[in-house]
Amino acid sequence: MNPDAPDPLSDLWALVTAFSADRSPVDFALILSHWPMFLQGLVNTLLLVAFGLAAGALVGLPMAVLRWHRTPVASQAVGAFVYVFRGTPLLVQAYLLYYGLAQFAAVRDSPLWIVLREPWWCCAVAFAINSAAYQVEIYRGGLDAVPKGEIEAATAIGMSPGMALRRLILPSALRRCLPMLGNESIFLLHGSAIASMLTVIDVLGAGRRLNAEYYLAFEGFLAATVIYMALVWIITRILARVERRTMRHLRALAS
Amino acid sequence: MADLWEYRWLLFVGTGRTIALGLSGLMLALVIGLATAAARIGGGRIADRLARGYTTFVRSVPDLCMMLLLFFGGQTLLNHVGHWTGWWDYLEINAFAAGALTIGVIFGAYMAESFRGAHASIPRGQFEAAAAFGMSRTQTFRQVTFPLLMGYALPSLGVNWMVLLKSTALVSVLGLQDLVYFATSAGRSSRNPFAFLVAVMVIYLLLTALSEWVLARLERRFTRGRTLR
Repeated sequence: MNPDAPDPLSDLWALVTAFSADRSPVDFALILSHWPMFLQGLVNTLLLVAFGLAAGALVGLPMAVLRWHRTPVASQAVGAFVYVFRGTPLLVQAYLLYYGLAQFAAVRDSPLWIVLREPWWCCAVAFAINSAAYQVEIYRGGLDAVPKGEIEAATAIGMSPGMALRRLILPSALRRCLPMLGNESIFLLHGSAIASMLTVIDVLGAGRRLNAEYYLAFEGFLAATVIYMALVWIITRILARVERRTMRHLRALAS
Repeated sequence: MADLWEYRWLLFVGTGRTIALGLSGLMLALVIGLATAAARIGGGRIADRLARGYTTFVRSVPDLCMMLLLFFGGQTLLNHVGHWTGWWDYLEINAFAAGALTIGVIFGAYMAESFRGAHASIPRGQFEAAAAFGMSRTQTFRQVTFPLLMGYALPSLGVNWMVLLKSTALVSVLGLQDLVYFATSAGRSSRNPFAFLVAVMVIYLLLTALSEWVLARLERRFTRGRTLR
């Protein structure tokens, strides 16, 4: 390539560097030059949130069915679980897993230690438990909203309770839960910022590390804020589309 | 248990500080939320735009990130302004005030949405009746809109308060010595963090239960007139 040819990207970069050097109170060039760290943070944040949501759904859905079915003892146990993990800060739950459990020799000697000695996995497990507690309530709301007539109809055509649950009640309930699940995913994304308190390099963790390395006051937080905003914007867009698709059968034909 | 007893005063002070922080944050959030909702409902186009920008911005950023940005960014901004204008030399924001302020700014956005939703559910006839009586705008607000608004907004304000209360656990990053801060440091020095963190969880649960009770009473009070409808 001809070295004299104008390169729009490097021109832009020169502009950013010059602007950062003599006008702006914020060093944008420094932030941009550390993009690999922020990318790593983004990957960690997305993985943690995805794991928390998926594992939370896996645990939360059966619990919600128990609660909806009013299975004695199990239902009360689920209720207590939900109350405790929705009523306490996520940060404290993560601290309990990371700092709290590590003090017991029995935990350190058990195979659980492979998971619990890693701050990343402590966060992932804490997010899963916390999200499970919120998701139980979401699914239960959806299950309660299934019209009784639908369940009676399933029984009338001879479906067993298990089959009715699988083929009719759960699909109907889950569709109803979708908007709430969208809220929960954004809520968990927001909660995931506490991973940076357990030394994990998530989006905010990358910002904090940038600040620490260059003795900056807030530039890293600014970058993290922008990334979070973009993330939330993208997620809400995707959710709106998914919601439109799954609710298609309820939309008026003319629209 | 013995460790908890030894550090009981620390936990006590920490709990008091967390409650104080939560309540001051709540007051600020209610004021900011009400003002923002007013800007969106009755303000002009510019006020509406500003209010909408503020709520979307705050609600898309994690509270911890927002807290750090507002605290450290705000501090820098304040000192920049002081430096340029020469009005003050170096200011350091008090951690408690900054914590309460950031919580207020964050949850003000959520409260604004609650108030806006509640305002939309007040039957229009109420305003027409107020106008028919010849009430002024302030009179209408004080005697008709506000009491009704609180009734409709309370359930969602209550939910916001529960989230706000749990957000207070994050202020320890700003160096504020709250319940979580004391519990983690006592846990470290006694080498028993588990007991202290469980204690923190129990305290938060007690505060939640207490809030539920107070909210149920408030709700009964503010919806008293609704059965007559």
